[in-house]
Amino acid sequence: MSFFERLMGRKSAKSAKERLQMVLIHDRTDLTPAILEALKEELLAVIARHVDIDPSTIRVELENEGRSQRLIADIPLRPAARRKS
Amino acid sequence: MTAKIVTISSGKGGVGKTTTVANLAVALASEGKKVVCIDGDIGLRNLDVVMGLENRIVYDIVDIVEGRCKTRQAMIRDKRLPDLFLIPAAQTRDKNAVSPSDMIRLCDELRAEVDWVLIDSPAGIERGFRNAIAPADRVLIVTNPEMSAVRDADRVIGLLEAEEKAAPSLILNRLNPSLVRRGDMLSVEDVYDLLRIEVIGIVPEDENVIMASNKGMPLTLEGKSRAGQAFRNIARRLAGEQVPFLELEAQNLWERLARLGRK
Ligand SMILES: Nc1ncnc2c1ncn2[C@@H]1O[C@H](COP(=O)(O)OP(=O)(O)O)[C@@H](O)[C@H]1O
Ligand SMILES: [Mg+2]
Repeated sequence: MSFFERLMGRKSAKSAKERLQMVLIHDRTDLTPAILEALKEELLAVIARHVDIDPSTIRVELENEGRSQRLIADIPLRPAARRKS
Repeated sequence: MTAKIVTISSGKGGVGKTTTVANLAVALASEGKKVVCIDGDIGLRNLDVVMGLENRIVYDIVDIVEGRCKTRQAMIRDKRLPDLFLIPAAQTRDKNAVSPSDMIRLCDELRAEVDWVLIDSPAGIERGFRNAIAPADRVLIVTNPEMSAVRDADRVIGLLEAEEKAAPSLILNRLNPSLVRRGDMLSVEDVYDLLRIEVIGIVPEDENVIMASNKGMPLTLEGKSRAGQAFRNIARRLAGEQVPFLELEAQNLWERLARLGRK
């Protein structure tokens, strides 16, 4: 929310759309934010067993494309040279 | 004749399914097509009063299914439009009195006799909904620009996908253009972005809708109300015509003047 929007009071249609976007993704996939968080943790644990990653840079999100959803994981890898062994 | 079977559904109640069925039926019958509407809301019969045919009911859909009358005997003919018929719901029975295969059998019988069969689905996603969609060639989802109506519409669209039915089309009812302009109502684009199914109609909020149902005279019977015009356009699109969407912005003279003043 921008400063201006905060000042003027947020337009309710915008909140409605954003809230619905989240609700529909969860309704369609049956994935709650809690399950998604658990999934992310487990995914990270598995990946970290094989490669060096920085947990704070990881992005695991649901996106929608038309009426179908996909799980997007963006996992930056640390350069090999800087790896401590 | 080979009728097209069209079911009007929504998930949420009170969004305008019955209003839509009555108005589309009248619009199609006014173009000289033979139309039968079926009230699928067993136990909560309503289409009869919206169409103004409540005093003429003798038999209902459960009488047909249970063999107490012939299909023709339960078809009430509209006096204003001789090619328009209603098969009423039973009022004192429950939804389990009719099964999806009963509906398919009934519609197959009607298919040879008429041009259009319009089925008014009850709210919910249980037996009455299953009955209503079983025979459908095409499903129209009615929703309002409002959180719970859009969410329920999405649920119904998902169920239709799971049934591998042809993709449904959307009717956005009760749109208030000045609220949209103010940023306090979801716009047509917002709802399309969320649901991602083809939009076949946009119907404005219009007090004439309530007046028409008070009188039992669907809007598409006469007059120039904006909602009536919107429903007539939907009927033409259903029949395959390309019809541009109404300019909902300039809703009345005052708003038009206000917009001119701002330029
Ligand atoms: N476009 C509209 N403008 C104003 N009122 C409407 C509109 N569409 C429906 N309504 C009113 O909303 C109420 C519910 O409509 P109805 O068609 O019975 O919904 P449903 O069959 O989905 O339960 C009725 O009182 C009807 O007159
Ligand atoms: Mg109804």
